[in-house]
Amino acid sequence: MKRYPAFPTLIVIAASLYFLVPLYATFDFSLRMERGVLSFAAYRDVFQSDTFISTLTFSAVASLVAILLGALIIVPTAYWVRLKLPRVRPLVEFLTLLPLIIPPVVLVFGYMRIYGNNSFLPLTTTDPGTNLLLVIGYTVLSLPYMFRAVDNGMAAIDIATLTEAAESLGASRFAIIRRVIFPNVRSAIMAGAFLTFSISLGEFVMASLLNRPAFGPYLVQMGQDYAYQPAALAIMAFVVTWASMALMQVFATRKPGQRFLPRMPRLSTFAPRRVQS
Amino acid sequence: MSFLTLESVSKSFGANTVVKEFDLGVRKGEFISFLGPSGCGKTTVLRMVAGFETPTSGAITIDGEDVTMLPANKRRIGMVFQAYALFPNMNVYDNVAFGLKINGMDNAAVDRRVRDMLDMIALGHLADRYPYQMSGGQQQRVALARALAPQPRVLLLDEPLSALDAKIRLSLREDIRKIQRELGITTVFVTHDQEEALSISDRVIVMNKGRADQMGTPSEIYNRPKTRFVAEFVGTLNMFDARVADAGANRLNLAGRDIALPSSSGAALRNGETVKLALRPEAFYLDAQRPDDVPLEGRVQHMGFHGSIIRAKVTVGEQTVTIDMFNQANVAMPSVGEPIKLYFSPADALVLAA
Ligand SMILES: Nc1ncnc2c1ncn2[C@@H]1O[C@H](COP(=O)(O)OP(=O)(O)OP(=O)(O)O)[C@@H](O)[C@H]1O
Ligand SMILES: [Mg+2]
Repeated sequence: MKRYPAFPTLIVIAASLYFLVPLYATFDFSLRMERGVLSFAAYRDVFQSDTFISTLTFSAVASLVAILLGALIIVPTAYWVRLKLPRVRPLVEFLTLLPLIIPPVVLVFGYMRIYGNNSFLPLTTTDPGTNLLLVIGYTVLSLPYMFRAVDNGMAAIDIATLTEAAESLGASRFAIIRRVIFPNVRSAIMAGAFLTFSISLGEFVMASLLNRPAFGPYLVQMGQDYAYQPAALAIMAFVVTWASMALMQVFATRKPGQRFLPRMPRLSTFAPRRVQS
Repeated sequence: MSFLTLESVSKSFGANTVVKEFDLGVRKGEFISFLGPSGCGKTTVLRMVAGFETPTSGAITIDGEDVTMLPANKRRIGMVFQAYALFPNMNVYDNVAFGLKINGMDNAAVDRRVRDMLDMIALGHLADRYPYQMSGGQQQRVALARALAPQPRVLLLDEPLSALDAKIRLSLREDIRKIQRELGITTVFVTHDQEEALSISDRVIVMNKGRADQMGTPSEIYNRPKTRFVAEFVGTLNMFDARVADAGANRLNLAGRDIALPSSSGAALRNGETVKLALRPEAFYLDAQRPDDVPLEGRVQHMGFHGSIIRAKVTVGEQTVTIDMFNQANVAMPSVGEPIKLYFSPADALVLAA
């Protein structure tokens, strides 16, 4: 048996408690909607609400479109920067970090001014236009995660030599990006995508300022009006986030030609071995 | 008429000129090697032929067509890299099929061609493997098949064997040569390993600081090096100082002994000048072979056993001379510390400008 040193172990335990106790308290609270018994009534309530379903769907679709748009912008950019402009990479990296520094409020007010009522492109006056703005906003929010993930993915393969190999075989730039670069950073894109998804799914500021029927504003509204349902939602959001993280891991470590999930070991391999006497 | 030609091609990176006035003519089906020390510009020349770099000046033609400005993906050139560079997301089959599909070949024809190529490299049974599931030698064979599949006009290999271990390196280089002969494909092979270059090439180009120092068959390069650089870079040499006694009659004076050289031994001579007389280790014998052989007296310092040959270090005067002898189990070999006599034929001596 490996022995664990006392002090670090204590720190890990303290940190875990700091994290787990409130989570447990929320979970416990979410089960107490019906007086005197523990039940999933609050969860049932949430799932039966039409607004829950519609806002969740809206946000999920917006996030997915944002991820797609993000990948289409980031992959060629990161590729080109690494291949031809390695000196501007720090600058590009800095630009992609800006969404973490500039608050979304600033971004969204900027949008409203540029694309407002009397602008050259009045996107905010129509529903599809405003949805587009939201998606673009989410794409911007995803930049730090997407760029980092994709750029790391490209660092792991020798893109310069792979590009030359493909070129000498007759491939055009477009064919190289589509057939060689994209498939090789797919797991990196997925990793960035799950992070983006878990962030934009519950995003509040942009959705609410653009007045979109999204999941974030719905969560906040619930928090103001009800007691038990928000706790249930918080737990569910937590589960979704962790599921995203887990999927991210699966994709990040997957090798080409491997199955999506590792093959299930046959049960017989788990059968206790009989001790020879 | 040369199939691939480079006409005074130069390449500079900023102020640094790494390829200088490089001329080359490769015949159709010929196997050429670039041999030279690290940084001499071998890869740069190859990359200009492939289209990955543009020459600063000069012209490159393939089969009469000027390709100097043609983009790499239009040149129809096969390239094999030191690091294999197989597409990690594709299995062996798809890697080999890549160039064919890009060029719009239909599926049935692609399938036939890929099978043929995999048979050629004897890896048909690994068609479903991914690069990370294969050894370096297998990956490099797939890379060769991938490069050859679209029937390129020229095959370029940049140190394709350097990342492999000794045994595979040897067998793969023979495979490469065999396949090259069968297909009759014009090939340029880059290496810094002289044995590799000499053993598989029709002609070798020894490069030094961005220039071609000498171009010739392996035996010309080894036996008749034109410059001191080539002589020293290819093989081992023993150097002796000799004074020119009579330039007209090709007579030298080596440590008080008069030596008559055949007329074609290298640099031009001037009376009274000191030159370097160079001899390969295998040019020495323990017994005189001919009456005009030159004897040297020495003492054995070290005997190194290399299997088929024995490489001995012999002290001659103030100098250490390296000599190679065949390992003959039934012939007594000199032992360390023993005084011996060495003989060489003046015909084997090379004169290098001092
Ligand atoms: N893209 C580049 N930018 C600037 N300098 C370069 C570039 N590519 C090569 N060089 C320089 O050109 C010179 C020749 O390089 P090259 O790669 O052709 O050498 P090589 O003969 O292939 O050497 P090696 O045996 O180490 O591969 C080197 O001094 C190198 O630093
Ligand atoms: Mg090189």
